Formats: sequence, structure tokens, C-alpha cells
Amino acid sequence: MSSVRVLIGTKKGAFIATADGKRQNWQISGPFFGGWEMYHLKGSPVDPNRIYASQTSGWFGQLIQCSDDGGKTWAVPGGAPEPKMGMPQGQSNKFAYDTGPTGKPLTTHQWYDGTQHPWEFKRVWHLEPSLTDANTVYAGIEDAALFRSTDGGTTWQELAGLRGHETGPKWQPGAGGMGLHTIILDPTNPKRIWIAISAAGTFRTDDGGATWKPINKGLYSKFLPNPTAEVGHCVHHIAMNPKRPGVLFMQKHWDVMRSDDGGDTWTEVSGNLPTDFGFVIDIHAHEPETIYVVPIKSDGEHFPLDGKLRVFRSRNGGNEWQECSRGLPQNNCFVNVLRDAMAVDQLDDCGIYFGTTGGQVYCSPDGGDTWAPIAEHLPAVLSVEVQSLK
Amino acid sequence: MATVRVELPAHLRTLTNTGNEVQVEVAGHVTQRSVLDALEAAYPVLRGTIRDHDTHKRRAFLRFFACEEDLSHESPDAPLPEAVALGKEPFLIIGAVAGGNFSLCRYG
Repeated sequence: MSSVRVLIGTKKGAFIATADGKRQNWQISGPFFGGWEMYHLKGSPVDPNRIYASQTSGWFGQLIQCSDDGGKTWAVPGGAPEPKMGMPQGQSNKFAYDTGPTGKPLTTHQWYDGTQHPWEFKRVWHLEPSLTDANTVYAGIEDAALFRSTDGGTTWQELAGLRGHETGPKWQPGAGGMGLHTIILDPTNPKRIWIAISAAGTFRTDDGGATWKPINKGLYSKFLPNPTAEVGHCVHHIAMNPKRPGVLFMQKHWDVMRSDDGGDTWTEVSGNLPTDFGFVIDIHAHEPETIYVVPIKSDGEHFPLDGKLRVFRSRNGGNEWQECSRGLPQNNCFVNVLRDAMAVDQLDDCGIYFGTTGGQVYCSPDGGDTWAPIAEHLPAVLSVEVQSLK
Repeated sequence: MATVRVELPAHLRTLTNTGNEVQVEVAGHVTQRSVLDALEAAYPVLRGTIRDHDTHKRRAFLRFFACEEDLSHESPDAPLPEAVALGKEPFLIIGAVAGGNFSLCRYG
């Protein structure tokens, strides 16, 4: 019988929730790495027992954790006390910006006040394991850059062509910092990757990461001097159904957008949403035109409208949205749902999951019709991923 | 060879899987640098968590204490107090009480 494993990153540790295919009775383990900010955990599609985790702290910096038994035990790659011949040890948390001649590295980006500011590593926001090799994993970091490891997270190299793009000096941090938070790998074309940065926008490579182009045509951001600028847009999250790689959906700072041409152009599909500000967006596993968002009141008030936590679902790719709130709190709820805190499983009856800054994690085992909590009193949830297991 | 006691903050103890104090063997002069070199050799998982990988500069929100003195701003090559070198007193690595920059990062 199939089962699911939900990987939950919070401000004070990681948790893992498991259930059978009914997704009603949950077993929760954790906290793992209690006290640390666990920004993101994600399992390898090649080997579901291989899970990577980003562990970070303002005091002690960044660590990468890795599990080979589905999250029961963890180790820092290269962190063992016995040095191996010729291998660098204790470098899994070393994210050194490329200063070599090949990547055209930049020395500055735009700061909040418009002046130029040097690039400084702060943390790993997102880990994206390869679709074909369990030892290859991508990391999106703050200040925005893309790194890749091909040795299971032991060492990391920057794909510096992204940061070396000529628009780099115009990139600027969003309110939460300048993080590269979304990495989407194309299952039909190993050389194509999409990434998104707050607040630079969306970029795509078609040559495996050597060169990148901004793909923000159609975005409108009124906080920019030129609202349709090539870069500078605060893209909050992007989702793609792997069965239909050319079609992307985006939750921007304001506006929900879609692209049918791999990101080359975007059109707004906010339609009848009560507010089109938000952070998360995801797509039904088997219905590529069914998409989900959690509207948030505004960029100044990061909580749901009217104290009602509501998921909105569109069954026709946007514009026409219906409220899905059965089982969610509808009174005095003022939590947020952060950009990496929504996921879908692959079971026949697709499950939808999201976590809140109030420490709740919800599951809908029926595509959004009904919701029930997996956990209600965790630390603030930073990320949610789900693995579908056989 | 000196046996130096090092006291770790709670978050780092979860990485080393040790108690609050570890002992490291230090060859030559007992300084911040030689103690931290020995500590990172024994526990590679700590590399980058106390000081920068390359510059070896102390992380901004960590402090070094020993013998009721704040040694955070001493030269990394200055000798540590004799009581530390003799193993009578521990070298303390402390997380600053106020710290944790950018802690609201994901909320933007």
C-alpha cells in the first residue's frame, strides 16, 4: 500500500510526518536539529531515502544535513572525524562565490537604498535534488546564487553564469532578503532549469547553467521605477507540473501569473481572487490545469483576509477561482503561509499540503475539498515537501 | 602537547554529539588559533560554524571567554591564559545573547 512522508522545516527544527494512503492518521517524528532554523528539506526522486536538509543559524551559519534512511538518522557530508585520502573535509557548508575567470562574477548587487552592495553568503533557502542522480543536488542561496554539488553535498560549486548575467547589479533584496528560492528542473530536458529570485525575477538556462536569460515579460511591478523592467520583480514562487514542462504558474508579490511558453511570456490569471498577494502556489499532480494559492491580505499585512485561512483552487488554469476552506480555521486566524510551504503528493487522489507560521500543517487528501491538520503546534513552518512512497 | 578543555554552546553540541565540554590536544603554543585548529580537526563538522572557512575570522555573533575574561577581540595568535593551557580552566565558545541576524528572512 502506498504511503506519504511529509518533510517539515521550521524555525526551530525539522519534523517528519508519515501516514498511509488514507492520510488520516499521522505519526510525527522530531524535532531534528532542535533550535536550528531548518529552511528546507527535500528527498531525492532517484532514492527517496536520500533526503537533503538546509540547517542554518544567525549565530553559527550554514550546515547541510543528509539522510540515507528516510530521515531516521542524519549526517553532515564530509563531517566525519576521519579524513579520507585527498578529499576536503568539513566543507559541505562552504558556499564560495565563484571568482574565477569563467563565470564573469559580479562584485555588487543593488542594496535596499539603491546603492551597490557586495555579495555575502547568508544561507541556503532551497535544495533541489537531481531527477537522475541521488548525489547531485542544487542549492539556491542568499545572496542570490545557484550552487550544485555532485558528491552528495560534500562540496559545492557555483553556476556563476547566473550571477554573472549583465543585469546582476540591478538585482535587489526583497523584504526577506535576496534569496534564490525556487529551482525547477525540466524532466524532459536536462539542460533546462528555471530559477526565481526575490527581487530579481525569473531566469532560465537552456544549456545546463552556463548562460541564463531573464524571463519576466508580462510581469508588472508598480514598486519599480519601470514597472515592466527586465529584472527587479519580486517573484515569490513558481510551480510546474512535471508532466507538462512548458507551462509555469507564478505567485508574484502581487498577481498570480501563468506562462505557456516556458516563461518567455506571462499573463495574469488572478481573476476573482479576493486578494492576489501571497507566497505559495502549486499544481495538482494529475490535473495540470488545477492550481492552488493561499491569498494573503497585503504586502504590509501578511495574514489572511478577515481572519479566515482559505485555499483557493482554479480548475481551469487560473482566472476562475473557488474557495476551499472546509476544515480550515475561519475565525481569528492571522498566520502566514511562506513560499516553500506548500506541496502536493502523487497518489491517485492527489493530496495537497501546506504549513503556516503559526505551526499548523494541513493536509487535504481529496485535492482541496476538505482539510485536516497533521500538526497544530509546531514552531513557525518555513517549508513543506511531501514524498509519495510505495 | 597540551590538553585543552573547550566548552561548546548547545547548538554546536548537537553537531558534535558530545557533552558541553570536549578536550583537544594542542601542539605548540596554546592560542585561539591553535585551539580552534585542533577542535576543527577533531570535529570537521564545526568548520565554518565558529569562524570563516578561509579567513578564519570569528563569526560575528560568537564570543570567546576564558578565566572570566572576554578574549573575543584578542589576536588569534595571542597566548591563552596559562590555566587554559594547563587544562585547569576551559576555553568557552559562547553564542552572543543578542544575535541571529536576518532571523525574519522568510517572512518577506
